[in-house]
Amino acid sequence: MTLNSPLQPRFPLLKTWRALAIGLAIGAATPVFADNLPEVQRLIKQGQYPQALEKVDAYLSNKPKDAQGRFLKGLIYTEMNKPTEAIATFTKLTEDYPELPEPYNNLAVLYAQQKQYDKARTALEMAIRTHPSYAIAYENLGDVYAKLASQAYDKALQLDSANSATQNKMALIRDLITTSGKGNVKPPVPTATAAATPPATQVAAPPAPATPATKAANSTPSASIVTSMPGAAATTTAKPSEPKPPAPTGTAADDVTKAIAAWANAWSRKDIKGYLGQYASDFKTPKGQSRKAWEEERDDRIAGKPGKISVTYDEPQIAINGDRATAKFRQHYKAASLSSSTTKTLIFVRAGNRWLIQEENSR
Amino acid sequence: MILLSKLLALGLICFLSGAVQAASPAPTTARLPTTVSDSGPEPQLAKIFKEIEGKRLDSAMQMTESLLRQYPNFRLAHLIKGDLLLARTQQIKTFGAMSGAPTDKVDDLRAEAITRLKGYREKPEAQFVPRYLLQMPRDQRFAIVVDTKRSRLYVYENDLTNGGRPRFVADYYVTQGKLGAEKLVEGDKKTPVGVYHVTANLPREKLADLYGSGAFPLNYPNEWDKRQGRNGSGIWLHGTPSNTFSRPPKASDGCVVLANQDLDVVAKNLQVGLTPVIISNSVEWLSLDDWNKERNELNKAIESWRTDWESRDTERYLKHYSKRFKSGEQNFEQFAVQKKQVNAGKEWIKVKADNLSVFRNPSKEEVVVVTFDQDYRSNNLNNQMKKRQYWLREDGKWKIIYEGSA
Repeated sequence: MTLNSPLQPRFPLLKTWRALAIGLAIGAATPVFADNLPEVQRLIKQGQYPQALEKVDAYLSNKPKDAQGRFLKGLIYTEMNKPTEAIATFTKLTEDYPELPEPYNNLAVLYAQQKQYDKARTALEMAIRTHPSYAIAYENLGDVYAKLASQAYDKALQLDSANSATQNKMALIRDLITTSGKGNVKPPVPTATAAATPPATQVAAPPAPATPATKAANSTPSASIVTSMPGAAATTTAKPSEPKPPAPTGTAADDVTKAIAAWANAWSRKDIKGYLGQYASDFKTPKGQSRKAWEEERDDRIAGKPGKISVTYDEPQIAINGDRATAKFRQHYKAASLSSSTTKTLIFVRAGNRWLIQEENSR
Repeated sequence: MILLSKLLALGLICFLSGAVQAASPAPTTARLPTTVSDSGPEPQLAKIFKEIEGKRLDSAMQMTESLLRQYPNFRLAHLIKGDLLLARTQQIKTFGAMSGAPTDKVDDLRAEAITRLKGYREKPEAQFVPRYLLQMPRDQRFAIVVDTKRSRLYVYENDLTNGGRPRFVADYYVTQGKLGAEKLVEGDKKTPVGVYHVTANLPREKLADLYGSGAFPLNYPNEWDKRQGRNGSGIWLHGTPSNTFSRPPKASDGCVVLANQDLDVVAKNLQVGLTPVIISNSVEWLSLDDWNKERNELNKAIESWRTDWESRDTERYLKHYSKRFKSGEQNFEQFAVQKKQVNAGKEWIKVKADNLSVFRNPSKEEVVVVTFDQDYRSNNLNNQMKKRQYWLREDGKWKIIYEGSA
């Protein structure tokens, strides 16, 4: 469990930026100015924050309402350790664009850094209200709940810093925050699944894919699925019992289907070698993590996880385009400590007679 | 959370059955009261646990947060909040589910939860009154009755429009001694059982934070306690330190502790030197009929004592005294000799007993504490005093076993 620090935005966040950028480009952006934002992003990536701020300000002087630009500005402030400005920027964004979950999420992270967990919780619940499938927000909310619980226990039991149990607990969380801050970022898969903490109690109920869980922001102790897409019930009409006819292109699609099965199977068996073998050598690791770091992290999260893991999925929608294939499906992850369902997109590339994963997104 | 609600449900069942058992054997004891009290956090607590048992955790959470807005230092509510939050991230197996939580503190809060709910569900019925409040003087407006088994303090009003019948006003959760009730000796960390009254009103400014918003010392040990060889001192009715809304059911060194807001309300009704504070292990409740019978019987005995004194028939007068009578250094024989001498010189005696109070002592022996303003007039001596007597029922008859000035 870590708080997702915007200092090192994770893959899903980047993905969201892309989505945002596309969405906004369609909406209003003129090509001239739109070009500036990738430059801002590049500067952020290089840690050149004052320059990035200058660029984004120039961009915003022409388009003061632009959500993407303002979002980046908020991130830059966060990077520059100016939480007050960052909070102001994101807050204004949530007021102008209440439908966007990301500003809420980042607000929450900033509040959590300031130990204002109640505010963080409110912001995350807002993010989830607008986007019930926003896995990052769930993950963060889980952390905030744990923090709030710890605070409540401190008050209830009058624990002070001399109490070793609390100290350990706090230190553990602090430690993880630091880890993610150092760039040890989780890949998208575990972000959405292994790490996402559903706000519901895990009761022994089996996962029910058909259960609409759009109210997941609030804990429903009997629901084991919480991170479902709002539209999931509509888009994933295929129930496990009545599979859809497979996607076109015959054998290629069959091979991709098999690749997904092998991948999920290896994951479920905690066969880390088999699992990693499903990924292409040029797999786009999240946030430019080194392949080695990513593999170690996956090993830790899969082989190192206590108890059983079960990864199942609904019938995938597969689109083949030459040597590339895109598979989209609903993934159901179950481990001892949590269950979650996410919409997963895997991009495969053909390597000889095999299909290997080149990109992995979840939302 | 399943387990949490199970544990709580078990707890509820336990105390319900316990209460039924306690109520059934003694015919004088009232049946389980059916009404509920609506003061303090108990109604909200009860609703919260009901939501938890019904697995409506969101609703339970909202209620807990609203409870905490009302009582920000309510540790029990913080514990419930912690559990409800933790339940959103992991499976909860017990009440106070934080790993490494100090068990003694969790146990204290669990005890408080059970005690509060039990007290809430067992509010006395309107048609029953505490056996102890037999006769209150006109100028005494309220009486306090504490039940140590229930950790509950009951406020009764002297309902003059109904002939001085005790009328239930409110009840509150209280903390008692770490080692329970029936104090015997100094430092035994127990709360005394008996008939007391408040002897002073110590304002907050003069008190350490431990005593909260105020303190009212009690007259423990009273005459009866001393006669029974009980000792110790400093038994107070007081408030709660500023860092907590309430303390566990058993936590004091013998004092009766109220939440500050409760103490403030109760304090308004406390008359120094007058308001009785009757502490019982387990309050006995009488129906109004039974209460009237006991009250009449005692009033008759007292009246008979008074008229026999006026009659100057010393033998008849002395029949009201127990052979075990003792007052100061004087035993029954010495007392009898003295009374005969005094009465021999009397041509007439007039005795008035005003502002009579009769409170039954909560103990195995049947003892009542009788207090009144005595106006004694005779041909050669007039004397006014506040007198206190302890009457004991011996072989079915009420006898005075102690008397002295109050």
